[in-house]
Amino acid sequence: MSQTAAASKSVKFIITRQDNPETKSYTEEFELPYRPGMNVISALMEIQRNPKNAQGQTTAPVCWDSNCLEEVCGACSMVINGKPRQACAALIDKLEQPIRIQPMKTFPVVRDLVIDRSRMFTALKRVKAWIPIDGTYDLGPGPKMAEKKRQWAYELSKCMTCGVCLEACPNVNEKTDFIGPAAISQVRLFNAHPTGEMNKEERLEALMQDGGIEGCGNSQNCVRSCPKGIPLTTSIAEMNKDTTKHLFKRWLGV
Amino acid sequence: MKGYYSRKLHSLLGVIPLGAFLISHMISNFKAFEGGKKGFEGAVHFLNSMPLVFFLELFLIWLPLFYHGIYGLYIAYQAKNNVGNYSYERNIRFTIQRVTGVITFVFVIWHMYDTRFQIIIGKITHDDLGATMHNIMNNPVLFILYVIGVVSATFHFANGLWAFLVSWGITVGPRAQKVSTYICMGLFVLMSVLFILAMTAFRSSEFQAAATAAIDVVKTVLS
Repeated sequence: MSQTAAASKSVKFIITRQDNPETKSYTEEFELPYRPGMNVISALMEIQRNPKNAQGQTTAPVCWDSNCLEEVCGACSMVINGKPRQACAALIDKLEQPIRIQPMKTFPVVRDLVIDRSRMFTALKRVKAWIPIDGTYDLGPGPKMAEKKRQWAYELSKCMTCGVCLEACPNVNEKTDFIGPAAISQVRLFNAHPTGEMNKEERLEALMQDGGIEGCGNSQNCVRSCPKGIPLTTSIAEMNKDTTKHLFKRWLGV
Repeated sequence: MKGYYSRKLHSLLGVIPLGAFLISHMISNFKAFEGGKKGFEGAVHFLNSMPLVFFLELFLIWLPLFYHGIYGLYIAYQAKNNVGNYSYERNIRFTIQRVTGVITFVFVIWHMYDTRFQIIIGKITHDDLGATMHNIMNNPVLFILYVIGVVSATFHFANGLWAFLVSWGITVGPRAQKVSTYICMGLFVLMSVLFILAMTAFRSSEFQAAATAAIDVVKTVLS
């Protein structure tokens, strides 16, 4: 009984589509049968199985990116009802209809909802978001990390480079070269590590290059949008403090 | 115009010396409310009797104002304001900071034309400033435009001070940033009130005296 009642319900989608990186975007409406517990990804899978739009015309299935389906990989970021978030964690029951789905246009659109997040990985390389331990001989164990520090550092390590903070930021756009909140927070993470700390100046100097930390305008949308609840604005302010200190130390030559 | 150092300089100049100047300007204006015509003229004389006043003006006002204003317009142009989708208090202040910045830029040019520029071209002297302000403040349209300009300037300063504290790494955690929000917004209200009180003080007929006296002098010379 309940299944027939559920089957009569339907879910409406308005999806912004784009056939390839050069062409203009357009919207297409879809209407799908409701299933309990469905999320945006399962809805997109349904469109893939039966690629018909709301008018009943057969259309090309909508393309999207996804991987882990449990909000840890960062691949399925898209703008859902105006806010960037992970599609796998966007439950249909909790969304207002019609559900509007758009790609995160801060990044180059590859096709439909698929975007190219390369700039984020380039940013991680730029700020050297790793701990150099390679050598020609065994360097032995590194210094220990205090448990208290490990606990907050762990929160920063949850960043999945999903790009939601860059999409929400008013200062990440085609007119600026701002690196974005994610990479700044990673500098804080790797500078907090007892071994990573040995190279902290390199990372701070990377943040003091063009398009570095100075691009932050304190709108604080990033911290409100981060799906992992990372204290991004605290990280940025902390790095502001460290770059300021580094600036004066370098000037004074101490 | 890109880069860490130029952006840092913009941030620094906004507080020192421009913010400090705005406060000193507010205090000397407030003399008009507190001490009337005499008080205001005393404040003007005090400022103009400072040693090396030309260089003080050049390095503490003109050059910082020029740099902060032009660079600020560029920052405002770069932002993709998105309060529609993200109507959070901080994001709204981000947008207002840019809007008030542009309003303040226009207002400061207009205000300098009304006052300092008229002195440069010799149309008025420092002693006539009270009378000049009296005439402007008694025009209801100009009065409202001045209120908008002054409120924009004080908001831009107070909120800019909040951002300065973050950008230089002084207020780091959310609690510190919250407390500084209260302090800075309190400063905004206080400064706006003091400025507007001074503006209403200029409306008093006391300030007119100088203007009519000047006209009387002209009249007697002519007759």
